[in-house]
Amino acid sequence: MRPFKYTHVNTVQSATQLVSTHSNAKFLAGGTNILDLMKEDVERPDELLDITFLKVADIKMITEGPNKGGVSLGALSNNTETANHELIRLNHPLLTQAILAGASAQIRNMATNGGNLMQRTRCPYFYDVDMPCNKRVPGSGCGAMEGINRMHAIFGWSSKCIAVYPSDMAVALAVLDATVQVANSKGQQRRIAFTDFHRLPGENPEKDNNLLPGELITAIELPPNKFASHSYYLKVRDRASYAFALVSVAAGLELNGNNIVQAKIALGGVAHKPWRALRAEELLKGKEATEANFQAAAEAEMNQAKPLEYNRFKVELGKRAIVRALDMAMNNGSK
Amino acid sequence: MNQENENPDLTEDEKKLFKDLMPEDLKEIMDTGFSRRHFLKLISIAGTGVLASHLLGAEQLLARPLAQPSLNELTTAQVENGVRVSFKVNGFNKNLLVDSRMTLLDTVRERMELTGAKKGCDHGQCGACTMIVDGKRILSCLTLAASCEGKSVTTIEGIANGTDLHPIQAAFIKHDSFQCGYCTPGQICSAVALLAEAKNGEVSYVTDQVNVPKKPLQLSENEIRERMSGNICRCGAYPNIVAAIREVQSGKSVEQKWNFAG
Ligand SMILES: Cc1cc2nc3c(=O)[nH]c(=O)nc-3n(C[C@H](O)[C@H](O)[C@H](O)COP(=O)(O)OP(=O)(O)OC[C@H]3O[C@@H](n4cnc5c(N)ncnc54)[C@H](O)[C@@H]3O)c2cc1C
Ligand code: SF4
Ligand code: FES
Ligand code: FES
Repeated sequence: MRPFKYTHVNTVQSATQLVSTHSNAKFLAGGTNILDLMKEDVERPDELLDITFLKVADIKMITEGPNKGGVSLGALSNNTETANHELIRLNHPLLTQAILAGASAQIRNMATNGGNLMQRTRCPYFYDVDMPCNKRVPGSGCGAMEGINRMHAIFGWSSKCIAVYPSDMAVALAVLDATVQVANSKGQQRRIAFTDFHRLPGENPEKDNNLLPGELITAIELPPNKFASHSYYLKVRDRASYAFALVSVAAGLELNGNNIVQAKIALGGVAHKPWRALRAEELLKGKEATEANFQAAAEAEMNQAKPLEYNRFKVELGKRAIVRALDMAMNNGSK
Repeated sequence: MNQENENPDLTEDEKKLFKDLMPEDLKEIMDTGFSRRHFLKLISIAGTGVLASHLLGAEQLLARPLAQPSLNELTTAQVENGVRVSFKVNGFNKNLLVDSRMTLLDTVRERMELTGAKKGCDHGQCGACTMIVDGKRILSCLTLAASCEGKSVTTIEGIANGTDLHPIQAAFIKHDSFQCGYCTPGQICSAVALLAEAKNGEVSYVTDQVNVPKKPLQLSENEIRERMSGNICRCGAYPNIVAAIREVQSGKSVEQKWNFAG
């Protein structure tokens, strides 16, 4: 690991000011992603600003509000306490399942909600500093494009980058209509709709998201939802646990009897950001919750996919995973 | 172990161990001024046999620092980005200057002579370096020592209560839950924390219903497997690891799947 200066920051103000004025400084939260990437020489900050010592109560807590039935997740609450908080378990069980589908108990105890959103892709060519990678070194090319791209995107990729975004938690946040609350060094606050937080790669794959330089995530807010008893997070991976998703599905069904008032579906492991299956959602609106309708919606969504050489299997896998997740959501997530 | 032992007398812990293992010889040993060096040899010669489980206890004991080792101090001049940090390790206060790049794992192993925690992958993928920090299991290879200010760290050396093994340690011995033993310190720290999580009603990805209030949980085999999935065992001792944890978690005896030969 390259040498770096280590600094405790105590206030949001000093954190954002230091990160704006020290050009190569980065925040350190749980450390589970950034330290790994520093050991691999992918990330090379010359200063780490440890934000876990921030003396702001809210940023480390799960609190009710700001609107009735809503909940605010502190950016520095860890993934375990978030998943297991009763406000989340009872009102947003989809988020509990998605968080618990990721990583391991040890990592979830360390990983923070803010860090989870900011984690970088697991593309093996991004990790290997001897390979070309437009995300790591803009303009150097994309090693995965002509390489082994089994784990890569089938939606929304560009000729510059075909990486997928790895977070499980974020797939659930995409259907929960979350907003990300951020602060900057001028003391201003800004709210970003969750589905606008992460980006598609386009011409600038070095940018994972729309956070501006110098901004700090302070919280993630969830409005109340109407599908707490009909939701499910399904993760398909190469081994039963402790692996990143090949495909994952977050599904929530707002029902009136057996009729779907509204379906919310997002896919993980298929794009540079959590992929809202808007086409499938549209098709299910007002329909009866039947296997045939689930199937038709899944087909309509997945038929728009643009698979690469080694990941064609994700199209069929995605269809089946959508249908299965909707089935599970009907059964209140019960297995 | 240093053959020319600077510390020839048996410590209180070693005397107690000797008393447990060979009560008939204790008096003679004490009277003749038996040296630590001989004691250690004896322990290693005894090898396997009916005393195996006691000896595993002995290994645990001997892996512990016999006294609190003095930290070999660095000076600010020796370290480029030195950070002074204070935290507790197994109940002892530690205060030291570390290079900002030092992980908790390397600090504990190299500066505190506590080599129980292992480095498997150094990238968060195996769990061999698991420690318990402020009551929660974490990976010490992805934790900077500098970020541990004010925290309380428990390593495998701090799991037993003196010479009394933690129930998880005893169950690992009973169920033969290891082969090479490399993953074992991490497995045990992880399992100890898992007990508290279940008691606290924390759910996992395989828990049937998550949208219910918290209450203490009785864990199935499947639950234990999921909750221990962050600890990889290359020897594949999983069935016996799960059996040991299930026994302690349920409080009901689980049949042991092995016996001593002869
Ligand atoms: C072996 C392994 C397996 C994993 N498996 C999974 C998995 O299956 N599913 C999954 O979803 N994840 C998985 N993860 C990833 C894990 O969830 C992330 O590493 C973790 O969520 C990152 O959070 P952190 O607090 O540790 O972030 P850090 O590593 O501390 O920081 C990550 C980045 O976020 C920035 N940052 C942190 N907090 C803020 C903030 N408040 N505002 C602005 N920027 C901030 C940092 O500057 C840094 O660039 C795995 C990780 C490992 C090591
Ligand atoms: S897919 Fe993206 S992250 Fe992977 S090598 Fe190509 S540019 Fe880099
Ligand atoms: S050494 Fe820390 S997880 Fe492998
Ligand atoms: S006992 Fe050898 S790795 Fe687990």
